[in-house]
Amino acid sequence: MVKSTSKEAHALFHSLRSAYAATPTNLKIIDLYVVFSVFTALIQVVYMAIVGSFPFNSFLSGVLSCIGTAVLAVCLRIQVNKENKEFKDLPPERAFADFVLCNLVLHLVIMNFLG
Amino acid sequence: MAASETSNGTALRYAFGNVLSFFILLLIGVLAFSIRLFSVIKYESVIHEFDPYFNYRVTQYLTKNGIYDFWNWFDDRTWYPLGRVIGGTVYPGLTLTAGTLYWILNSLNIPLSVETVCVFTAPIFSAFASWATYLLTKEVKGAGAGLTAAVLLAMVPSYISRSVAGSYDNEAVAIFALIFTFFLYIKTLNTGSLFYATLNAIAYFYMVCSWGGYTFIINLIPMHVLLCIVTGRYSSRLYIAYAPLVVLGTLLASLVPVVGFNAVLTSEHFGSFLVFIIIHVVALVYYIKGILSPKMFKVAVTLVLSIGLVVCCAVIAVLVALVASSPTKGWSGRSLSLLDPTYASKYIPIIASVSEHQPPTWPSYFMDINVLAFLVPAGIIACFSPLSDASSFVVLYIVTSVYFSGVMVRLMLVLAPAACIMSGIALSASFDVFTRSIKFQLPGVKGNSQVDAGDTSSEGVVAQNEVAKTDKNEEALKERPSKKNRKKEKEHVEKPFVKAQIKKRLLVLPFEASIIAILLLILLGAFYVVHSVWAAAEAYSAPSIVLTSYSHDGLHVFDDFREAYSWLSHNTEVDDKVASWWDYGYQTTAMANRTVIVDNNTWNNTHIATVGTAMSSPEKAAWEIFDSLDVKYVLVVFGGLVGYPSDDINKFLWMVRIGGGVFPHIKEPDYLRDGQYRIDSQATPTMLNCLMYKLSYYRFVETDGKAFDRVRRTEIGKKHFKLTHFEEVFTTHHWMVRIYKLKPQKNRIRGKAKKSRSKASSTTSTKRSETQRKNPWH
Repeated sequence: MVKSTSKEAHALFHSLRSAYAATPTNLKIIDLYVVFSVFTALIQVVYMAIVGSFPFNSFLSGVLSCIGTAVLAVCLRIQVNKENKEFKDLPPERAFADFVLCNLVLHLVIMNFLG
Repeated sequence: MAASETSNGTALRYAFGNVLSFFILLLIGVLAFSIRLFSVIKYESVIHEFDPYFNYRVTQYLTKNGIYDFWNWFDDRTWYPLGRVIGGTVYPGLTLTAGTLYWILNSLNIPLSVETVCVFTAPIFSAFASWATYLLTKEVKGAGAGLTAAVLLAMVPSYISRSVAGSYDNEAVAIFALIFTFFLYIKTLNTGSLFYATLNAIAYFYMVCSWGGYTFIINLIPMHVLLCIVTGRYSSRLYIAYAPLVVLGTLLASLVPVVGFNAVLTSEHFGSFLVFIIIHVVALVYYIKGILSPKMFKVAVTLVLSIGLVVCCAVIAVLVALVASSPTKGWSGRSLSLLDPTYASKYIPIIASVSEHQPPTWPSYFMDINVLAFLVPAGIIACFSPLSDASSFVVLYIVTSVYFSGVMVRLMLVLAPAACIMSGIALSASFDVFTRSIKFQLPGVKGNSQVDAGDTSSEGVVAQNEVAKTDKNEEALKERPSKKNRKKEKEHVEKPFVKAQIKKRLLVLPFEASIIAILLLILLGAFYVVHSVWAAAEAYSAPSIVLTSYSHDGLHVFDDFREAYSWLSHNTEVDDKVASWWDYGYQTTAMANRTVIVDNNTWNNTHIATVGTAMSSPEKAAWEIFDSLDVKYVLVVFGGLVGYPSDDINKFLWMVRIGGGVFPHIKEPDYLRDGQYRIDSQATPTMLNCLMYKLSYYRFVETDGKAFDRVRRTEIGKKHFKLTHFEEVFTTHHWMVRIYKLKPQKNRIRGKAKKSRSKASSTTSTKRSETQRKNPWH
């Protein structure tokens, strides 16, 4: 039972990797960016758990800025993905402009909130 | 050739329709603005009621001292001796809006006073709100429904009651912000554009700035997202509409000082975070489903879902632990009383004492939304055919707001836009059906032509429907009214159009029936208009600061409040403290510019209970309490002479309850005879000797010789009495406001001195001096 599950998991892992290898490079870069910002958020949470959350607004803005960047990057990835039928007539330039605008607003707020 | 001609005609019709709907919208704005001016015409351009006076005072401060001083404003004129940090405890949206308006107008050399700008802020924003309703409903069901909903919202009585000229309160701008936020959410959901998502977050920020009701948004949108996920309607547009809103919205909300860290720490917001996590899990599942073969996906589902469930369970466990550790389970009193309607009356008399926090009665539904109450169910049905993401949101909105309006009268205001949208959809859909049936049966008119029976009618609603018709015919073909589909569909519109017409021919109603139905609908609309105008003119325009009454000898104007406040501002020292029940706190600070003990911002229950205790104590104890608070003057509102029902005697039981909640020696049964509240000869001695009774009825017998109270419709219990520790300094023309001054302490010292002297003398003199000490005036 356990063997079959691990075998299946292995097969799944394999097929996931092969499927992911087919994604275009620009999407892969975005993915890397998302992973990086989530990782940064995790580091901050761990730091908060060890040291404490005293300037709570700083902690909050740090974590939310990372999560926000990740979320926005995911949105961008959804929009520029060629396989996504829903966004066929949305040019990638427009998607990127929206992404930049949203990031601007996000980081303006973060800078205000950082204290 | 023929095809190009038809497309030309369609384009022309589109252009014509757009221009027409633009002018209709303009007229709707004018209507929304001008229907709210009855209060200015009938009374004058004044700020209404209680809270608006505070907002007006804050706006004055803002325009005089600038934004930085406003944020740091510590107000020492209220809650004496505690004071209040205004900048950190007020929703600044309304004030900043009016301040900006004032600043713009003055920089354009239009010299309007702050008061004028404040008075007209609400009507202006109600015009904006009806435009926002048009946009929202257009996203849901097309332009025809949008225009109808906008007309309905422009004159829905429930909203008028909160936004007549002069009612300068948070709700005035908040309803616009609420509808506009919902519109942008739906727009993002329909287009999947990150640009609209950003705008949505900013609109949400404006809503957070304006009103505490923003928690409704941050709970309703997650509920809708959850609904979409559960019913299998998840799409990447949903992700784009929701995920950035949570992150940006939370950050923006914590920028508002009054919300601050509450945006991440209280349970009202936890629902959105939970859904935020859920939508990420779901998005991941959909993504993996997309890149894997179905067989592999089945394997993956078990793995991913089990991991996701474990994560969710862990998060829920942490949240529950966090929530359970706080005493009120993290919910503030007002929100708790929304979920459990009996909560407030059980635990917080200060919330229960406000009449607008009571559950509404059935007639108030008819009064406030009138015929919309009957149209709403039809609108819900119309929303289900076909059900889109947007229409399911509107359905969810009306269902939740109906519940909330059933808990608190005040939240009828949240129901009103939902009811308007639903009724707009219903009316527009039924007009659509009836006019189409007429169109197909009119002799000599082909289904394709533009001539229509309804077109000749001058009734506005019908005309709007015609505008929408072109839009709607095509919209009906689509699964979802999203923008990106629209371009594509336009090219292929001719072919399915014919097919759809054949289908529509089968849905045709009898000619006479549809004509009668249209007439009845117009009659219904006319009834609504008449009712709304009546409500705006008669029921909701009274400023409550100036009262009028009609009697056989003409119109009477009672301007006692302003008389009393201006007496205070002219005849007392600047630093004198005035005690009154909290209802009149804002007005006293704003109009008389005197320091008050408690005001309508009921943030400190103990302080209010102290004043309540003083009012329900006998004279001497009350004098001591007031003296310890540095009070110089006591102000009571008395309606017994002219029959003004919301006076202090009618509010008195709440003073007893709130006072007794903190100081247990005040007991409510002491003031009631057999559970009945009465002030006639049957009243209890505690009642007849308490300060509020004495201050209200002092010298009242001199007015008509019988001391007949016209509010309670009875003769009062104790007619002839004198005050020992207070002296009457001012009573207004109609006795509605009575101001008393605390007598200085000198009298008591004399009594004490006599007592100490008498100790040496005989017992008879001791007895005499004892009686003297009890009442130094006899």
